[in-house]
Amino acid sequence: MAKEIQPIIEKLVQSFPGQVEAGETAGQVMVAASALLPVMEKAKGELGFNMLADLTAVDYPENFEMVYHLMAIPDATMLKVKVKLDKGSPRVASLVGLWPAADVQERETYDLMGIFFEGHPNLKRILCPEDFQGHPLRKDYILKTRS
Amino acid sequence: MEKAMEREVFRADSPRTETITMNMGPQHPSTHGVYRAVLTMDGEEITHIENHVGYLHRGIEKLAETRTFTQFMPYTDRLDYLGAMLNNLGYAQTMEKLMGVEVPERAEYIRIIMAELQRIASHLIFVASYAIDLSSTTGWMYCMRDRERILDLFDMVCGSRLTTNYMRIGGVAEDVPPGFLPELQRLINDLPACFDEYDGLISGNEILQKRSIGVAPMSAETAIAYGVTGPNLRASGVAFDLRKAAPYGIYDRFDFEIPTCANGDTYDRYYIRILEMRQSVRILQQAVDSFPEGPVMAKVPKVIRPPKGDVYHQIEGTKGILGFYVVSDGTSKPYRLHIHSPSFVNLGVFPEIARGGNIQDAVATLASIDIVLGEVDR
Repeated sequence: MAKEIQPIIEKLVQSFPGQVEAGETAGQVMVAASALLPVMEKAKGELGFNMLADLTAVDYPENFEMVYHLMAIPDATMLKVKVKLDKGSPRVASLVGLWPAADVQERETYDLMGIFFEGHPNLKRILCPEDFQGHPLRKDYILKTRS
Repeated sequence: MEKAMEREVFRADSPRTETITMNMGPQHPSTHGVYRAVLTMDGEEITHIENHVGYLHRGIEKLAETRTFTQFMPYTDRLDYLGAMLNNLGYAQTMEKLMGVEVPERAEYIRIIMAELQRIASHLIFVASYAIDLSSTTGWMYCMRDRERILDLFDMVCGSRLTTNYMRIGGVAEDVPPGFLPELQRLINDLPACFDEYDGLISGNEILQKRSIGVAPMSAETAIAYGVTGPNLRASGVAFDLRKAAPYGIYDRFDFEIPTCANGDTYDRYYIRILEMRQSVRILQQAVDSFPEGPVMAKVPKVIRPPKGDVYHQIEGTKGILGFYVVSDGTSKPYRLHIHSPSFVNLGVFPEIARGGNIQDAVATLASIDIVLGEVDR
């Protein structure tokens, strides 16, 4: 069964003062973009979140937000990590070095949401064709209806 | 002529070969859909694989933002189109988690029955297509025969065999019709003998064993690092199943085991499915035995406006962990809906484990990963 998440979050907040804070709802932390790699390294190594369960991005009016879900195997403890990114040029460190699982998922997020992952070895479009213009999941990408 | 003789490749004292690139797909029977792998070959050996996906990309995540929460349900059928019931379940439970809806007891049992039937049906397709990829047409026929009975049961409850659209936020669309349970019981009685038959026909087949034992082994570390989940992870010896580790719905009431295999090779990835189907039959029997009476739908408003916030929910799908991330801004349509598809992530490990083998092995390896392109591309 899953471990208590709140002590783990407190530990993270204490280890990275000013860069990590507990999120609004239980089980999540907000991390400054500059501290993402060391925080994830600690979460993976010391705190035992050995699997990157999911990563995605959301386009909010004031910023982009990366949402990572980490999972510990075998007890299925979940940790949600959110990173706010600049609306003009959203950039964040790539996690491929920590989890190869991030490879395809970051490519998908780059393709559909236009987040630039620094240090990704092969940051190309994955679902859309290579010559596709724009990033379809952004809110300013309007779906055209057939009339 | 003289010039050609001078070329390095023709010299007897230099056995060096050039690598060539080869396309496998997008229209290739072993890719199970429209998927293309670009193989770099050094003679018979694969030195590099590049995945090309997206041929089936329909933009379901973007479409979701233009549909209401209720309207999105049929779209989930078209993700992993061999596991529609499980996709329905994943989405319905995600929304129930966001809204705090209690599902009636009878609906929970119906959901378990449908989920496990769907798991068996999907694994049957896997076993069938794995057999046919390794040239055993007979194996395909037997699995299709038995899967047909499951699809008939789906037809009984919702009038559809593949795109079921049966579950609703708060329950299921309709109660099971009379005659469903006896038919299900007959199926449960017959299935174990069918699995024995596959064991004799496919698992014990010498050609199949020669082509898959020891091929493309995946260690537990590799599997976890690449985010591989589901039967593929358990084939590598990790006893991790969300139905046990973080039970959703009423899975904590059932007695079943998580089968694992030791080597994580192509054969283990095949055989784990047979073992899992046997466990699913156990769950089905328990669900039928304690099937309660009552309503099948909770009181849910006609227009669903969940509270503001985000939620991530994951279930044990047929291919691995299926996750839904939903952001609600308080309106009747999702602000953002993201689908974590197990096939997409599992496919990411294919280049890693197939490297060093030959093309025949790559076909077996790809088949053993069990991808559905509708879910890979979304």
